[in-house]
Amino acid sequence: MSWIDLAVLALLGAGLAFYAAGSLGLLRFPDTASRLHALTKADNLGLGLVALAAAIYGGSLAVAAKIALVWLFAVIAAGTTSQLLARRARLDEARLDDADSAPDGGLR
Amino acid sequence: MADWFTLVAIFLLLTVAAALVRCWRGPGPVERIMAAQLAGTGVIGVAVVLGAARGDAAFLDAALIGTLLAAIAVTAFVRGTAKPGAKE
Repeated sequence: MSWIDLAVLALLGAGLAFYAAGSLGLLRFPDTASRLHALTKADNLGLGLVALAAAIYGGSLAVAAKIALVWLFAVIAAGTTSQLLARRARLDEARLDDADSAPDGGLR
Repeated sequence: MADWFTLVAIFLLLTVAAALVRCWRGPGPVERIMAAQLAGTGVIGVAVVLGAARGDAAFLDAALIGTLLAAIAVTAFVRGTAKPGAKE
């Protein structure tokens, strides 16, 4: 087993750890914002490290470029969607607060 | 080495399964869509890893499509379910 293989295995292990942390956080964290925080770890770092391992193992520049593209799109998507989800979660909270004081009990 | 990549793919699927518990229990729609997004990211990871394990670049095309569709799904959810008159 060469040094490159060891590096690939280490990157895979680190990526898996971040994926596991993301799932665990999504399951165990108490509110929406902190769950979103856990989710972005898996999106950015988990996929990034696993993709880096695959790119090194793939050995050709074309494959590595394609994997880089996958990761780039994933990061852009994760950044956009987490902003959208956080805004939506805030809207839901505001609507719940309004419902508490609304005369009709607040239809949600 | 290819066996390691396959093993990683199996482990990734397990983390996706764990995330789906959150999709099941909610409580809100935002939590459910977050779990669906994590499942999407997990499957993209599986595609990349399996592509490396089998040396097949077609898996990477699937992963690319997955990244694009994940963003569209969440955007459609947020834009499509906002009630009229909601503050934005």
